[in-house]
Formats: sequence, C-alpha cells, structure tokens
Amino acid sequence: MAQTPSFSREAMKQYKWFLSRYPTRRAALLPTLRLAEQQFGELGVAEMRYVADLMKISPAAVFGVVTFYTHYRRAGTGKFHLQVCSTLSCALRGSEDVVTRISERLGISPGETSECGLFSLSKVECLGSCDTAPMLQCNDDYHEGLTLEDVDQLIEQLRSEASQGVNG
Amino acid sequence: MRFKKICTADIGKKNCHTLAFYKKQGGYKQAAKALKKWAPDDLIEEVKASNLRGRGGAGFPTGVKWAFVPKNSKKPKYLVVNADESEPGTFKDRLIMEKNPHILLEGIIICCKAVAIEHAYIYIRGEFVFATERLQQAIDEAYKAGILGDNCLRSGIKIDVTIHRGAGAYICGEETGMLTSLEGYRGEPKLKPPFPAVEGVFGCPTVVNNVETLANLPYILEVGAKAYRSIGPEKSPGPKLFCVSGHVEKPGTFELPMGIPLRTLIDKHAGGVWKGRKLKAVIPGGTSAHVLTAAECDVAMDIDSLAAAGTMLGSAGIIVMDDSTCMVDALLNVMRFYHHESCGQCTPCREGTGWLEKIVQRIAHGEGRMEDLELIHDVCDRMLGKTICALADAAAFPAQSIVTKFSDDFVAAIENGGSPAWKKRHLSTVGGGASHG
Repeated sequence: MAQTPSFSREAMKQYKWFLSRYPTRRAALLPTLRLAEQQFGELGVAEMRYVADLMKISPAAVFGVVTFYTHYRRAGTGKFHLQVCSTLSCALRGSEDVVTRISERLGISPGETSECGLFSLSKVECLGSCDTAPMLQCNDDYHEGLTLEDVDQLIEQLRSEASQGVNG
Repeated sequence: MRFKKICTADIGKKNCHTLAFYKKQGGYKQAAKALKKWAPDDLIEEVKASNLRGRGGAGFPTGVKWAFVPKNSKKPKYLVVNADESEPGTFKDRLIMEKNPHILLEGIIICCKAVAIEHAYIYIRGEFVFATERLQQAIDEAYKAGILGDNCLRSGIKIDVTIHRGAGAYICGEETGMLTSLEGYRGEPKLKPPFPAVEGVFGCPTVVNNVETLANLPYILEVGAKAYRSIGPEKSPGPKLFCVSGHVEKPGTFELPMGIPLRTLIDKHAGGVWKGRKLKAVIPGGTSAHVLTAAECDVAMDIDSLAAAGTMLGSAGIIVMDDSTCMVDALLNVMRFYHHESCGQCTPCREGTGWLEKIVQRIAHGEGRMEDLELIHDVCDRMLGKTICALADAAAFPAQSIVTKFSDDFVAAIENGGSPAWKKRHLSTVGGGASHG
C-alpha cells in the first residue's frame, strides 16, 4: 500500500496563503489541487481524498471538479505528457502529421501511455498558440512551430533527460 | 490622431516585461493620476466617452459595464480579469501577459479606482504556465515597489491582485462559467440576470474585463477620451490586437488601428496566403464567428463593420484558409471542438454539439446523405438561443455559415465518398476522432 499523501510544511504554508486570498474556503480548491498535483506528481483517488479531507469538501465533489477540467495530471499519466494541439489553426498547418510521427516513434496512439511509463500522448483542443502552429505542450512547456525533425529531436531529448534522471 | 502601438511597441526589447523597463517608458504615471487625482465617477465618464469596447468577444462598452455596478453596495466588489484566452485562433492576451504584464496591472489599478474595488482576480487558463510565471513576477515586483497592496502608490487606497489558474475548460472563458470556476466549482455558466455587475463572484458585484480591454486604460487617460475616439471608427475605436493564423506566410499578432481592412491585414501584415495559393475562406473573430468567403473579405475589421457583414469581430482571431482546404474537414474540426467543450448542463447544447459533430463526420467519412445538409440547419435552429450561455450559438454559427456558403464541398463529399483528405488517408483527417487528455 502506498503511503497516505500529505502536504509538506512548505505546501501547507502555501495552502494557508491560498485561504487568505479568498473570502471562501471552497474557492481555494483549484489552486490547492494544483499544489497537490505539484507535490504528489499526479491526482489519483488518494490525492483527491486528501484534498477533500483537508478542505472539508466531499470527495465526490472534489472528483467532480477534477474530472470537469482536462488539464489536471491524472493518475497513470506518463512522465512526459505530449499534448498536441489539434484545433483548426494547428490542423491547417499539419498537427495530424505531428500526432502520426509521435505515434510511430513511440508506438502509442492518442490517449495511450508508453509501456515504459515515460510518455503519454493526447490530442487536445486549442492551446492559444495558433501563430506558431503546429505546436504541442509537454508538461509545462510549449514547443512551437514544429517540424517533424523537431518532434524526433524532442523525443530524443526527453529520453536522454529521463535516463539522466533530470526532472521533466 | 496618429496611431501608436500601446501593447506591443516594445516587445522584443531586452527586459521589456520588467517593472524597471515599464517605468522608464512612463509606466504607472496614469495609475498614479487615477489613484490621486481622478474621482471615480469622472473615470467612469472618461472611459464611457472614449467608446472603449470590450476586447474579449462581445464588444460591450467598458464604461457602461462599470456604471452598472451599484455604488452603495455594502458588499465588497471584485474585478475578475478574463485571461482564459481559449477561443480558437486567439493568442493576443498571452502576448500581453508574457511580454508586457505591467500594462495589465496598470489597467487593473485604474479600473479598481473607478469602481472602488479592493481585490482583483486574474483568471488565467491553466495551460499558460509561462505567462502565469511572468505575471506573478510582475505582481511581486509591483507589491514590493508599493504599487499594489494596502497603500497603492501612497494614495491610501488598497488594491490586491491574485492570480487564479484555470485547469483546461473553454467554457471558463464565458463570464459566469469563469466566476463559478473561481468559486471552486465545475465551470458551469449561470443564467443572467442577475448580471455579474450586480451579483457576481461570491454573490458580490463584479466587473469582468478582458486583458486587452484593461491594457487600453492607461493610454485612454494619457491622451484623453476624445483623442482615443479618433483612432479608427468613432463607435468602436482604439488600437487593436489582431491574431492571424492558418494558411498565411507570416502568422502573428498585429497591433493596428481598429477598422483596418481585412485584406490589408492578410496580404500586407501577415504576408499573404501561403505557398502562392488563393484565398478560400476566413474566420474573422475566432471559430465562433460566421465564416467569410474570399469574395466577402473586403471588409473593415471593427465591431460594427463586421456585424453589418453578418459576422463578428469577436476575439479578433483571424483564421485564414487557402483553396486546398476542404470545408467539410474544417467544419468537422470546429464541431469536434464545441462538442468536447460543451459543459453538458443544457440539453440542446450537450446533445446538439454531439449531433453536429456526428453528422459532419459521416459526411467527411463518406457516409453522408443529401438530407444531412438540411438536418444540420435543423439541429442549429434547435440550439440557437435555447441555452444558458452562448456556447451552443457559438457552435451553430460556423455550422450554418460553412454549410451554406461552401455547400459545393459538402455535396462533393456526399457524392464522392467522403472528403478528399479522408479518402487519401482513410484513417484520420483534420477532424479525425480525438482523444483528450
């Protein structure tokens, strides 16, 4: 059994700061989920339950919020989450070719995670970077104006980061 | 008056995002004047007189919106800055926040003084991690320099600014959805009235303004309402950020006077249609706007001219499509977007967006029937004006206009076993089934 998650002293200080910025406790839920995501690496059932207990919100309500949004890092996501923007401006400039290239290189389809647990691939909706289409978001970072060579290079770079133990 | 870029003039210069740089360009002088010399009512009147209209999409007069906030309310009042930029084709607010964040903070101070607000929340979409960092740095700088906080610029006035990160949901760009999300819930829109100005976030009077709208305020105070009104068309004036993407040689954000001809924007500023191809279609204001054919593109880019042309300026996200584009694939892509982003509260939207995607998909994939074109219009009629917020309308507009204006593409796909791209790839097209992370 995994250990029950709990906030570090530093995270708890940050949580208290969130509470001080809103007139209701509930309003701090979205930032607190981000904090949990940051500290625990992902939001699984145990992490959501911890936030629910901490904030005195029902676990079902927390689950409802987490699943309404697409950008929280859910349990089972690969170390590197490649989210390829697939909305119109990117599609007009070859986002589908980017998805195909990543699929070929990693042997996974959109919605899947590689067996090694390093990569997840998703097609996502507009990331607000239409002038640099096609583009993708890998974890926090935008990779813009992609050629297929850029895609290959990025995958190599991420692989070597992982093998060197550099945090993505 | 001579046009001057106000948001993007210094972009590209070293440290243009810092407080030191911004102050050297005369930054925060107008905030200081607003805090110390302007009476709140006079500020509201000045912004009304400037004819500044909201830059987020609806184009509502900013000063009029401020005036709706009750003056004698015992409740606290809030400003919520809409930085959820998520209308496909739009990427201007991100540019302001990454490269010129202090102009937004100065605009926030001016608005807060005018409406007697002590706390502003900036609701920024969760994907914009770098913009969030830049904005937080700017806020930290401003607190440290005494520009924000309990005694802004030694005026005795208190203004706090807090960033609130979204988490991936187009619907949170809709103002009531945004407020619900800010309160810590699923971002489901609410019925209006009550309007946010009367009963907004936390049940309190709330102003919701777009990033670019607020960024215009320092300049209005600097040159005065009359001079501002003379930039572009008098009824929707001012400098404007236009985002051009799709099939052009030089996609980008261009700051130009409101009312610039669409052709000039595409051919001169964005380098023209790419690869020497011909223009086929333009979406002028984000994908929620009615499409324009190439023949309809002799139009001025301002709120009233585009409304007269049967479409809208919206968020000024201009998506250009060349003559190789199959409009069935383009529409399928747009319909998939709205289906994915519908919050699911209202049946006409939840079901309607799904039906539209399915119908357009079967046309693209060679299973369409001629009756489907009529069916698309029928579904749109049952969505328009029948829901809490405008997402259903935003899905129906492009469906109606693309099917009507490019019916040849749809007929060809129905008669010839699918869209050209689908036939070529057999597996995935521009709009091929996405899975979402």
